[in-house]
Amino acid sequence: MRPRIGILDVAVCNAIGDGTRYREEGTDSVVTMNSQTSTRTEAEMIAAILAGDTQLYHDLIRPHERSVYMMALSFVKNEADAEDIAQEAFLKAFRNLATFRAESKFSTWLISITLNEARSRLRRQTIIRMESLDDPPDEGGVVSPAMLRDWHEIPSEAVERQEIRQMLQEAVISLPTIYRQVFQLRDVEELNVKETAEALGISVPSVKVRLHRARMMLQKQLSPLLKSVNSSPKRRWLPWL
Amino acid sequence: MVIECQHVWGYISDYLDSALPENIRLDVQKHLEHCEICSAILDSTRNVIILTADERVFELPGGFSERLHARISLELKGTGIG
Repeated sequence: MRPRIGILDVAVCNAIGDGTRYREEGTDSVVTMNSQTSTRTEAEMIAAILAGDTQLYHDLIRPHERSVYMMALSFVKNEADAEDIAQEAFLKAFRNLATFRAESKFSTWLISITLNEARSRLRRQTIIRMESLDDPPDEGGVVSPAMLRDWHEIPSEAVERQEIRQMLQEAVISLPTIYRQVFQLRDVEELNVKETAEALGISVPSVKVRLHRARMMLQKQLSPLLKSVNSSPKRRWLPWL
Repeated sequence: MVIECQHVWGYISDYLDSALPENIRLDVQKHLEHCEICSAILDSTRNVIILTADERVFELPGGFSERLHARISLELKGTGIG
């Protein structure tokens, strides 16, 4: 029997811009370091910003740029609109930083602001959507997985191939919004179930149901495609050509 | 307790998150030991999640960070914190 490990047993370490973020082992604290500032926790940075060192806000948000943008993109599916929403969300977060309460994580708070900004933007623009933002489709029913007899692990390096990346992008984009958001927060941003529920304003059981369905939908769509890519005959190497 | 494939599929997400109650986790594990289909579904699901969650799949638009921080700089010059 092969050992079954948690899928999230992956190092939480992202290099973004000139800042590096890591999650301190066993804690929820995100520490930001860069060449200009010494190591400071987010809480210390926020206190300093509120005390008048506003330039620190640049450093505070660097580790969150990607997650805020991706969350906006999950709503509007349009890069320009997503960027606009992300910028507005960061500005609103700055203007309302004094209202941030340390009982929630800064990242979760930012995501909530982003979601509110995206929702109000969509309402203002009266974009016609196939699904309502407030009334999610029926969460019942079962998503059957793609049937396989075996599976040969595809290494992460495969993501460097454009065709694979496009395949993965299309699968994620094709997820209904409510599933894509939960997938983004849980599996990409690695928020826990409670934080995800808090950020989206839904219950913990809803997070679990939506995450399960999102994962099964991705497995169903991607497994056959990835399997065929993986099993395609290798190009023969003809050294004399 | 012996469980069937359909039940295992319903538990896959919680199994991957180590969020199943111990008795169910053991039942699922026993099933996986002899069911190559469910085992392949589990492995493929885990693999697909890791690949789709990879940061390289969706990249920030070029210049995103520069434009964002330029806008924030304008804000910092103009207003204080409310």
